[in-house]
Amino acid sequence: MNQQKNIIEVQGLVKWYPVKAGVFQKVAGYIKAVDGVSFSIKRGETLGLVGESGCGKTTSARCMLRLIEPTKGRIIFNGRDIMRLNREQLRKIRPRMQVIFQDPYSSLNPRLTVKEIIGEVLAFHGIARGKELEKRVKHLLEMVGLAPHHMRRFPHEFSGGQRQRIGIARALATNPDLVVCDEPVSALDVSIQSQILNLLEDLQARLGVSYLFIAHGLNVVKHISHRVGVMYLGKIIEVTESDEIYRNPLHPYTQALISAIPIPEPKVRRRKILLEEDVPSPLNPPEGCRFWTRCRHAVNICRREEPELVECAPGHKVACHLYGR
Amino acid sequence: MEEKSLLEVKDLTVKFFTDDGVVTAVDRVSFDIKRGETLGMVGESGCGKSVTSLAIMRLLPSPPARITSGKILFEGEDLLQKSEAEMRRIRGNRISMIFQEPMTSLNPVFTVGRQISEAIMLHQKLSGKEAVERAVEMLRLVGIPNPEKRYHEYPHQMSGGMRQRVMIAMALSCNPKLLIADEPTTALDVTIQAQILDLMNRLKDRVGMSVLLITHDLGVVAETARRVVVMYAGQVVEEASCEDLFENPLHPYTAGLLKSIPRLEGEKGRLNVIEGSVPNPLNLPPGCRFNPRCPEAADICRKKSPALLEMGNGRRVRCFSRGSPPEEV
Ligand SMILES: Nc1ncnc2c1ncn2[C@@H]1O[C@H](COP(=O)(O)OP(=O)(O)OP(=O)(O)O)[C@@H](O)[C@H]1O
Ligand SMILES: Nc1ncnc2c1ncn2[C@@H]1O[C@H](COP(=O)(O)OP(=O)(O)O)[C@@H](O)[C@H]1O
Ligand code: SF4
Ligand code: SF4
Ligand SMILES: [Mg+2]
Ligand SMILES: [Mg+2]
Repeated sequence: MNQQKNIIEVQGLVKWYPVKAGVFQKVAGYIKAVDGVSFSIKRGETLGLVGESGCGKTTSARCMLRLIEPTKGRIIFNGRDIMRLNREQLRKIRPRMQVIFQDPYSSLNPRLTVKEIIGEVLAFHGIARGKELEKRVKHLLEMVGLAPHHMRRFPHEFSGGQRQRIGIARALATNPDLVVCDEPVSALDVSIQSQILNLLEDLQARLGVSYLFIAHGLNVVKHISHRVGVMYLGKIIEVTESDEIYRNPLHPYTQALISAIPIPEPKVRRRKILLEEDVPSPLNPPEGCRFWTRCRHAVNICRREEPELVECAPGHKVACHLYGR
Repeated sequence: MEEKSLLEVKDLTVKFFTDDGVVTAVDRVSFDIKRGETLGMVGESGCGKSVTSLAIMRLLPSPPARITSGKILFEGEDLLQKSEAEMRRIRGNRISMIFQEPMTSLNPVFTVGRQISEAIMLHQKLSGKEAVERAVEMLRLVGIPNPEKRYHEYPHQMSGGMRQRVMIAMALSCNPKLLIADEPTTALDVTIQAQILDLMNRLKDRVGMSVLLITHDLGVVAETARRVVVMYAGQVVEEASCEDLFENPLHPYTAGLLKSIPRLEGEKGRLNVIEGSVPNPLNLPPGCRFNPRCPEAADICRKKSPALLEMGNGRRVRCFSRGSPPEEV
C-alpha cells in the first residue's frame, strides 16, 4: 500500500566538522554534530525532533536534504539513494523537498515583493511563468490564509506570523512530498504560534505532505507530530508515538526533558528532575552512553559501552542499558 | 492584613518620539510588588514589558523615550525624582536586573569574576581581597562548579546557562531588595531553564528579595509567580493571583492565550487561536485595543475604551463584558 510507504529513510547519518588548530591549521579533532542517526518518515506523516540547542537537529535535517554534505550515511528518498545523485539529478529532486526556517525575518529577501519571493521558486524549477505564475502565487497565498493583494507587498509590511505564512507558501510552491520545518514557531508569540500550527496541520490533511518538525518545545512537537524522536549530543536516544513519549518516556534524558517543561497550571506541582551541569561538548563526547555524565541511573557499563537504539515495545525504541534485552 | 509594598508603580506612561510618530509604549500602568513576593508580568512581544522594567531602572534611552506621567515609588521614594548619581547607587545595589541575553550585559574583555568583584566594590565597603572572596562565594551559590577556576574565565568561554548564572551572581552580589528579571530564561534550553528558575526561587527565599519576573511563557509564570499582571498593547488588562488567573481568567485575551497553548496532556486536534495579531502601536484601533481580535466584542467595544476595574482581592480587569466602566477622556 502506497500510503504506508516511507517517503524518506535515513540510515547511519554522520556529520563531523573538522576543528583546525595551530600554525599549520592541522585537524585537531572533530565536532561530532551528528553521529549515527537513523529514522524514517512515512507519507503524510509528521516526525518530530526535539532536543537541546546544539544536539544536531538542524544538521540532521540539512544533511537529509543534502544542503550540507553528510560525512557518512544513506538517505533513501522516494525509493532512491540520494547520496548517489549528481548535481543535476539532485536539482531535479530538490522541488520535492522543501524547508521552512525559524526566523521569519531573515529568511525572506527584504528587497523582493511576495510575488517575486514565491515566483522565484516557481520560475527556478520551471513550474510556471507569466500569467500562470501569478495565478499560482495567488492560490498559494490563499492557501496559507493571506489575500491575493498581499502579492505586491514587501516582507517588512507583514507581522511575524504573516511572514511565516509567506515562508510556508514558498515551501509549498513546488508541491513537495516532504517539508522540513526547522523551529517554525519558536520566534512567534503564543497567540500566533497556534495559528501557524493549525495551518501546518490543515495543509498536511489537504496535501498529504510529510513533515520533519524540529523544535525545542516538547509540547509543540508532541501536538503536531505523529511520532517523536529525542536527540542528545548527535544521537537519537528515543523514538516513539507522540502520546507514548509523554505518557511513558523510557530514557532518563527524555524523562528529565519532560519534567522540565513548565506547565501552565499553578495547582499541579510536578516533581522536577533537575539535570546537573551542561551538555558536554560535541568535540569530546563522553565514552559509552553520551548521557552518563548527567544520568541519575548510570552504572559501570554505561561508561564503557554505548547502548544501541533498540525496539523495546512495538514502535518504541530506546538507547539505554536499563532496557537491555 | 495589608502587606507593605516594596515597589509601587503608579500611572506610568512612557512615550517614544520617533520619526514615524509618537508610540505610547506604556500607557498609565499601575502595579505593586510586596516584600518577598514574585510578581509575574506576561504579554506578547511589544506590549511594553521591557520598557516598564527599563523605566523602573531609569535606563530608558532618552531621546527617543520620555516618561510623561506617573510615579515609581521604591521603599516609599519616587525613583523618577532621583538624580543620575543617586540612581547609580541604587542600581545593582538595592535594585538589580537580569536580561534575556546575558552576553549583552557582560563585558567581553573582563573575566566574569572581576566583573562581579568590581560590582561588589562599587557598592560595598569591602577590600579587594574580600570582594574577590565574595565573588567566588556568589559563583558557588549559583551552582557554578569549580568557582575559583571559573572566576578567571571570560564570558565567551561559558555556555548560555553558565553566563545566565554569572548574571544572577552579579545581580545578587549586593543583596538587592528587588530583582527585575526580563525574560531570564527565554534564550535557554528547558533543562537549563528549570535549573535557573529553581535557583532563582531558592535564592529569593534565602535573601528575602522581591522579584519582578517578566516573561511571555505562561508555564514559567505558573511555576514561579504569586501574582500576575497581564499586559496588552501597553496597558494592564488583567491582574490576579496566579491560581485565579489560570483557573478563571477574566479577560478574553488571557482566556484565549491560555487556550491556545498546546498541552502535554490532552487531546490532539485543532488549537484554539486568537485571530489576527497585536495592533501596530502607531495605529491602535479605536475603543478597546483588543476588539479586532476579541470573540466577545460588542458595539461599545469599538467606540469606547474600558477602564481597569478593581474587583477586590487584588483582582483587576479591563473589559466591558466583565463590568468595566468606560474610561473618561
Ligand atoms: N558549520 C559548522 N561548523 C562547525 N560546527 C558546526 C557547524 N554547524 C553546526 N555545528 C555544530 O554542530 C552541533 C549541532 O548543531 P545543530 O545546528 O545541528 O544543532 P541544533 O540541534 O539544530 O541546535 P539548535 O536547537 O540550537 O538549533 C553543534 O555543536 C554546532 O555547534
Ligand atoms: N528605542 C525605542 N524606540 C522606539 N520605540 C521603542 C523603543 N523601544 C521600545 N519601543 C516600542 O515600545 C513598545 C514596547 O516595547 P517593549 O517594552 O520592548 O516590549 P516587550 O513587552 O516585548 O518587552 C513597542 O511598541 C516598541 O516598538
Ligand atoms: S545507558 Fe546508562 S547512563 Fe545512559 S541513559 Fe541509560 S542508565 Fe543512563
Ligand atoms: S472590552 Fe470588549 S473587545 Fe475588549 S476585551 Fe472586553 S469584550 Fe473584548
Ligand atoms: Mg537548529
Ligand atoms: Mg522585552
